[in-house]
Amino acid sequence: MAGPFRLVAGGSQIDRARPVRFTFDGRPVSGYAGDTIAAALLGAGVSVVGRSLKFHRPRGVLSAGVEEPNALVTLGSGARRTPSVRATVEPIADGLEVRSQNAWPSLDFDLGRINDLVHGLYPAGFYNKTFIWPNWHTFEAAIRHMAGLGVAADAPDPDRYEWRNAHCDVLVVGAGLAGRLAAALAAQVGARVLLVEGAATLDGEWNPPPGVHVSLHTTAVGVYDHGLVTAIETRTGATLRSEATPPRVRQRWWRIRAKQVVLATGAFEQPLAFAFNDRPGIMLADAARRYLQRHGVAIGGRVAVATNNDSAYRVAFDLRAAGIEVPCLLDTRTAPDVALLERARGAGIEVHSGARIDHTWGDRRIAGLEFTRESRGGGGPTRVRCDALAMSGGWNPVAHLYCQAGGKLRFDPHAACLVPDGRLDALHAVGAAAAQFELHAALAHVRDTLDRVLAALGRPAPTEVPQWAQVPPGAPPGATGALGDAGPARRNRAWVDFQHDATVADIDLSVRENLVSVEHVKRYTTAGMSIDQGKTANLNVLAILAAQTSRSMAEVGTTTFRPPFVPVTLGAIAGGRNGRFYRPMRLLPAHAAHAALGAHFDDYGGWQRPACYPASGATMAQSIAREVRAVRSAVGLFEATPLGKFLVRGTDAAEFLNRIYANTQRTLEPGRVRYGIMLNEQGVIIDDGVCARLAADEFWVNTTGAGAARIGAWFEEWLQGEWPGLQVVTTDVTSAWATLTLAGPRAREVLAALPCDIDLGREAFPHMHVRSGHICGVPCRILRVSFSGELSYEISVPADRGHSLWNVLLAAGRPFGIVPYGIESLLTMRIEKGYLHVGSETDGTSIPDDIGFGTPVAKKTGEFVGRRSLSLPEHSRADRLQLVGLRCTGEPAAFTAGAHLVEQVSGEGPAQSCGYLTSACHSPTLDQHLGLGLLRRGRARIGATVQVMHGGVRTQALVVAPAHYDPTGARLDG
Amino acid sequence: MMQIPCPCCGQRDETEFSYGGESHIARPPADCSDSDWADYLYFRDNRKGVQAERWRHARGCGLWFNVLRDTATHRIVQVYPITAPRPAAPEGAG
Repeated sequence: MAGPFRLVAGGSQIDRARPVRFTFDGRPVSGYAGDTIAAALLGAGVSVVGRSLKFHRPRGVLSAGVEEPNALVTLGSGARRTPSVRATVEPIADGLEVRSQNAWPSLDFDLGRINDLVHGLYPAGFYNKTFIWPNWHTFEAAIRHMAGLGVAADAPDPDRYEWRNAHCDVLVVGAGLAGRLAAALAAQVGARVLLVEGAATLDGEWNPPPGVHVSLHTTAVGVYDHGLVTAIETRTGATLRSEATPPRVRQRWWRIRAKQVVLATGAFEQPLAFAFNDRPGIMLADAARRYLQRHGVAIGGRVAVATNNDSAYRVAFDLRAAGIEVPCLLDTRTAPDVALLERARGAGIEVHSGARIDHTWGDRRIAGLEFTRESRGGGGPTRVRCDALAMSGGWNPVAHLYCQAGGKLRFDPHAACLVPDGRLDALHAVGAAAAQFELHAALAHVRDTLDRVLAALGRPAPTEVPQWAQVPPGAPPGATGALGDAGPARRNRAWVDFQHDATVADIDLSVRENLVSVEHVKRYTTAGMSIDQGKTANLNVLAILAAQTSRSMAEVGTTTFRPPFVPVTLGAIAGGRNGRFYRPMRLLPAHAAHAALGAHFDDYGGWQRPACYPASGATMAQSIAREVRAVRSAVGLFEATPLGKFLVRGTDAAEFLNRIYANTQRTLEPGRVRYGIMLNEQGVIIDDGVCARLAADEFWVNTTGAGAARIGAWFEEWLQGEWPGLQVVTTDVTSAWATLTLAGPRAREVLAALPCDIDLGREAFPHMHVRSGHICGVPCRILRVSFSGELSYEISVPADRGHSLWNVLLAAGRPFGIVPYGIESLLTMRIEKGYLHVGSETDGTSIPDDIGFGTPVAKKTGEFVGRRSLSLPEHSRADRLQLVGLRCTGEPAAFTAGAHLVEQVSGEGPAQSCGYLTSACHSPTLDQHLGLGLLRRGRARIGATVQVMHGGVRTQALVVAPAHYDPTGARLDG
Repeated sequence: MMQIPCPCCGQRDETEFSYGGESHIARPPADCSDSDWADYLYFRDNRKGVQAERWRHARGCGLWFNVLRDTATHRIVQVYPITAPRPAAPEGAG
């Protein structure tokens, strides 16, 4: 079972009794339960796992964690295909399909590698400098095809995602020793603790104490306002499989509210910048050690080590102890710690101090390296054969979440890293995340910090330290050597961002081109962008930039850290709010009846409403024409429930509405209905509708269907904030009442056929009146208002009676030829009648005079919202857009809403727009294309002809008054 | 995401509330100049720091109220009734 690099023993995290088989680019690979994909591939001797973005260079595993820039693979197939998954984090599973990315035709032979042979042609800013003639769009399609890593699935995601809201006293991020100690100490004094860990398994044995909830495979990715922390959990065992696998919850999106957050996120080891530091087999030193200890995997048989700090010595000793050859340890520092040198000598490891790698070779795997020594007669270049290289460029705290929360970093010159400044109230970095790199000191730092965290929660300091956290003091680490120290030669082959193929020379170039801000350099070179987000590609860039511009690290600063810390599946953020559950669907009370009648439903302002009722085989246009003709000639039934309905009650109700509406409402008598428009303080129309006075102190106010919630808030803002002295209560009763509209010349006869205690006589109940009573024994409120232009009764009954009333009215209307009609038919009729729809015939600049409503507003005495603005000079300009009717008189004999109205044009050149068509339809009644539009000086141009342009097609229209049909309103009374 | 203490319902997530703009904008009398009226309509301090603003618990009790909020840090300094004047010297105001 063991591959060529799998040792016969060792591996704290794997279960050798449970082999796991998966495929990599179609070839079978075996590993053990507990392996990540990267560990299994390394164990099987697979050195090349992907190709780089720009130069398509072969790349191997660099790290053993979330910071991986090279080993990004595609998992699964079909609808479950997921690109750019980190092989260093994802566990293997039987049958898992793993594919490499960015190689064509294959990982072994990639044509894109030609970019590498001509790499000199691809400096930083290459695209910006090259693809400029005639313009970028000429090249965009081809470049987009080449760019990017991996391909997203193109079918709907079959899996489910869910949200989880969590609350705790202390959130601990990271379950290393520091995180475990923090969690244990907080739980010891009774705090509720949530511990999240990105890895799928804990390293070693640990039983969390009571009070600590541990969530593995859960990576905290964002910190937001007021301390909200988000995390992404991939459910163990839910690794992507074939398309046949049934759907299940794949990931959870955590939203965590914690009173205090402890970041035990550790530190990322940084790569060294030297020429050809990107070959497969070159790995971060501690990753080599982790694969050895946790997976029993040797990254090579002859592993050279290169470092600028003490930590890689431990790696060399461990490799040596496992029987692996270590041909050399190259330390960039001229005087490493004497004790370490002594120990290395004892282990038989040859240390070269002041040594810098100048070159490496080997194609599919490093085969050797060449280094020179800085001083003491080191002689010429020395060549060393090796099949792997473990490198360490120092350690940098994982401070992403700290910075997202607004925390600042300071540069620690001894450890050569960026350290959280410790000045946030509710977010604290501990251990290695606070640059405490020696274990005893790190754990002491955790204890000190937890005393403060728990004091902030009003809890006592913990007194017991778990036995596993009691470690003897170790030697303090020596100073870390220079960062980003690439040497003078081949800087264009020394990588600082492996994923993006950004090199030291790219940083040099951007400085030469006068980009000195770290944010500019990042964007110009793309170093640290995309998947890296400052994990392994940041520190070296900052150091090179500092050196090149003769500034300190503090002066250079850092780039901004933004969520998410690792890529997050969009599906997880959406959670259950997907498809049918995207938002609550509002159904009409008589929905089932509409469905039974074959309604064509559509979404109108969140409501599922019948657009029309197509008979078998009829198109929508044919159905609309049939319904309109039926209403105009006989009678139709329409469900108008979404119409906004408010009860406005109180002794000052009339005064309130008089101030809210732009036209007078105070004089409205009980039993009567009046049309009104509302303005905002800018004088612009925000809503219209009718207002019915039920009693001296009670009004029934209709708003537009889409405006109901907005106008409800508007009423309350004025009542609560501006006029608290008015005795008024407003209640949104929109969904409490079902509203059915009976319209057409025979509407009165239909209603009269039903038991109703309201006198429906032409004189007893005229147009624009309201009556309350009972229909079929059910309480009802009937308004004689009309949006179709026909005799019309708007009947409201308690919502739960809407369905039965619909059926009763339809049955009663049968002898009169009743048809149900949908909203598209109603909209067609209102265009024929020239009735405006706020939001179609008005925009964010429309005032009452623009829509022909200037006179009632001008005649009004007393204050109302928006009054002062109507006298601003802009509002009395002669060339304002005014509402007019338009009849299509040209060829083609049709036009669509949104078309521009232009002057009569002669010759060539751009035509000047003088307005636009706001609504348009084919009128079944007049058999012509009709519309409404906003036209400059429109009212003065009635009788003139304008050009109508849309999508390159031009026709013409006659300007008419808005009411195309029955302008005198003779039909309103039936 | 911010958490806002509704004076009626207590601490709730920001998504339950709607924003109503800067508060205490004095409306000039109707006979003011056009320029003063335009200032009232369109010009706001947009300050970095503690700002008084209107919020409504739109998906809750419907109450409009005032909030003193630091626009740089999103710290909620104080909430108070919609008709009350801006508190004299709130902590951290400026």
